[in-house]
Amino acid sequence: MASVAQPAATVERLEQIWAERPGVLGWLTTTDHKRIGLLYLFTSLVFFAAGGVEALLIRTQLLQPDNNVLSPAAFNQVMTMHGVTMIFLFVIPISTGAFGNYLIPLMIGARDMAFPRLNALSFWLFAGSGIFMYTGLALGNGPNAGWFDYVPLASRQFSPGQGIDFYALGLIFNSVSTTAAAINFIVTIFKLRAPGMSINRMPLFAFAFLAVSFALVFALPALTTDLVFLELDRRLGFHFFDPSHGGDVLLWQHLFWLFGHPEVYIIILPAFGIATSIIPTFTRRRMVAFPMVALAEILVVFIGFGVWVHHMFASGLSNAVLIWFAAASLMVVIPSAIQIFAWLTTMVSGRPRFHTPLLWIVGFIVFFILGGLSGIMFAAVPFDQQLTDTYFVVAHFHFIIFGAAVFPLLGGLYYWFPKVTGRMYHEGYGKLSFWLAFVGTAVTFFPMHIVGLFGMPRRVYTYPSGLGWQGYNLVESIGAYILAAGLLLVVANLAVSLFRGAPASANPFGGATLEWSTSSPPPEFNYAVIPRVTSAYPMWDEEDRREDARALARGERVLERGHETPASTVLDADWDEVLDMPSNSPWPVTLALATSAGFAFLIGGHLTAVAVCVAVVVAALVAWHWKEPQEA
Amino acid sequence: MSNTSLRRAALLAGASLLLAGCGGKQSVLDPHSKPTHQIVHLWWGMLAAAGVVFGGLLVLLFIAWLRRNREGLPVLGKDEGVSTAMVVGFGIVIPVLALSVLFWVSDLEVGKTVEAPAAGSGQMQLTVIGHQWWWEARYPGTAAVTANEIHIPTNTRIDVLLESTDVIHSFWVPALNKKVDTVPGHPNHMLLYADRAGVFRGQCAEFCGLQHANMSLEVVAQPPAQFRAWLANEARPAAAPPSPEFMSEQCASCHTIRGTPARGTIGPDLTHVGSRRTLAGLTIPNDPAHLSQWIANPQSVKPGARMPGLGLSPQDVRTLVTFLEGLR
Repeated sequence: MASVAQPAATVERLEQIWAERPGVLGWLTTTDHKRIGLLYLFTSLVFFAAGGVEALLIRTQLLQPDNNVLSPAAFNQVMTMHGVTMIFLFVIPISTGAFGNYLIPLMIGARDMAFPRLNALSFWLFAGSGIFMYTGLALGNGPNAGWFDYVPLASRQFSPGQGIDFYALGLIFNSVSTTAAAINFIVTIFKLRAPGMSINRMPLFAFAFLAVSFALVFALPALTTDLVFLELDRRLGFHFFDPSHGGDVLLWQHLFWLFGHPEVYIIILPAFGIATSIIPTFTRRRMVAFPMVALAEILVVFIGFGVWVHHMFASGLSNAVLIWFAAASLMVVIPSAIQIFAWLTTMVSGRPRFHTPLLWIVGFIVFFILGGLSGIMFAAVPFDQQLTDTYFVVAHFHFIIFGAAVFPLLGGLYYWFPKVTGRMYHEGYGKLSFWLAFVGTAVTFFPMHIVGLFGMPRRVYTYPSGLGWQGYNLVESIGAYILAAGLLLVVANLAVSLFRGAPASANPFGGATLEWSTSSPPPEFNYAVIPRVTSAYPMWDEEDRREDARALARGERVLERGHETPASTVLDADWDEVLDMPSNSPWPVTLALATSAGFAFLIGGHLTAVAVCVAVVVAALVAWHWKEPQEA
Repeated sequence: MSNTSLRRAALLAGASLLLAGCGGKQSVLDPHSKPTHQIVHLWWGMLAAAGVVFGGLLVLLFIAWLRRNREGLPVLGKDEGVSTAMVVGFGIVIPVLALSVLFWVSDLEVGKTVEAPAAGSGQMQLTVIGHQWWWEARYPGTAAVTANEIHIPTNTRIDVLLESTDVIHSFWVPALNKKVDTVPGHPNHMLLYADRAGVFRGQCAEFCGLQHANMSLEVVAQPPAQFRAWLANEARPAAAPPSPEFMSEQCASCHTIRGTPARGTIGPDLTHVGSRRTLAGLTIPNDPAHLSQWIANPQSVKPGARMPGLGLSPQDVRTLVTFLEGLR
């Protein structure tokens, strides 16, 4: 369908207008959502590798009782950085930053994100925050109080090193990055949809990202507040968390989990979005119960804000409070149940083709159900109080966060690989990589339920023999190596296919959403003609796409006068106005660099250097806003 | 039951106490109180229900697999109503019913059983204090103080007051009850009950720093008469006057030996340390060889522990070990 004859002169003009600067400078100053998406992808994969190495170190240390691979101090840093990395530097950046950035504008028929320079800033701040936190680890001063960093353990008295400061300051400016990205997604999804793509015709992928973005905007302030309180306590002697001066250590937990539980849905919803993209394509049918799935995606976030205390069931809160939050935790099961059955009935009533991307989704469904069922058990307060903080929890949330959240990301890598690179991946190795990862995940995490039931607490750097734990731990560690092999095969498959893969057509799988209408890889301007949409499955409306081609021939909906994209109305997506979009800009990267350096100097206590960085930040902001977007 | 009576016999003989070392199990699935029995019933019930759900979903996936590669596009329209009805039925109606039952059973019924005794209703009081990285147990109304080895009478509802002197820990003896955190500034209460004599292993369950992994404890449940005898001995001052080495080598600045000038409060009370089964939060058994190693170089036994290596001469270590092992 991409082979529709495009009037060459119009396309050439668009190419000139949207041309990216070549070379490294081009990547540093880019505001193209696709390039930023790729930057996010590669950076988050590097952090994924780091987090994976940390996971293997943990599993090697726990391979046998009384092992000595890591000292207790090293183990605690590695364990903490594993959690922080996987959550803040891998899953969220790769799902929102890479998949969201690359795909949302393409799926809704836009030429870029609503705020391209803000988008670049988000990326560079994220990269800066990751490097910042790893600097701490490299200096032997890594965060070491676990990813949820409970006080008073994280207070200056009990953690006098700078590890916790790297954690707190790093996450504060990581939050700035994520908040900016979330606002960008909300505006993009509300305002930049192709004409005709009313809310009810929006891909479920976009619904998921809309829900995630709202969750981020409302959840992150709780975390940021918590981190600011912590730094005030640690560095300036405040007493927010100090019970001897009227502070309260549980305040940290409430604020943390008020962010931390919505965070779980923030992690998992992009996976839902990817599943709802892959399933219709490979079952060759529309999603069952589309409106219910869309509402479930929104609802899960809404209810997800009311369940945080189930992370604190053992902290001694009154029973009345626990029961309330237990009930809410059971309610939040319903939206997930709706989606699981929508995916399954779509597959059962469709004609599934079990290609690599769909296999990852099947793995996702299996692990999501396993992790979901054990999750329901934690809403039973007495059971939670018995099993929380044991390996049973570790098993539960790795099935959710790895099995359910990351499997679709890997399936999505395969699924959109032809679109992004213009080449096909290797199907046979793709399937092999899936099976290795599937078996590895099951073998690593399933036995953790059993050792948890046998009483093994989480976050122990070692354990004695004689408690019936060692056989299971050995199996878990072997599983981790199998899993690592599967993940390496994914990377190898895609890396080799990048150079040797068969050329991919515009729509190799018969996908239903708009990104498949443009060439593979897409041109800088995404679409020569702004598509007009009449259903939620625009690529299956062949007549609409032929009409787009005719519009291009007539020179309608092309916008070849400048660096432009159309804006539409929020609900009905009627053509509203034409927006001038900024192109390359050096200021986002400058701003992010100065911010990161400023935080680094703040840790070192070099206040003059901090002042210089603040001055650069202000100057960059002024320069950023000095010119109109189209002149920048 | 034979297993139970066997273990009881062993306990009464006292032999297993010496041999077992850290061998007490810590399994959730081996309950020895009403609350933990109910939690285990709840678990098996939830597991059965989860098994049914998981099996059903696997069947659906299998049906989808059988339909792979069929030619042509799916026929929609009439099927769509059936599919949507499945989503409503299995995704909303059945989960709402099942989860309501779970809520009622677990959170309203079982929840009551595991709760702390109402104020003043316990048959005995006990105070457990979490420290980095050991457990202190005090017996209100007596002078008895011990560490990492908590003796209780069987078939007695004990109201445990949980406190912390430093960070958050979590007191957890899986055979006897759920875990409850020790939270600075928030004293918590929990019920401790053992339905038979035995040694029940427990461990700190909230990450508390370097030696979280070696912050274990044992609850020794004894028939009430035996317990009373133990408590009477435990409440007595030390059997021997402090050795000069103990007083001169800084030991006394952190440790108390009741009835002597040693009144430190940072480390465990050592008044009857010789009678304990283990040392350093169950890290090592309490025998002269291990105790020597612990005194000579604690950081090699439990890296990060608050007890410093004092660079004592082998002769001093031997004297101290003899003295401490005599404190029974």
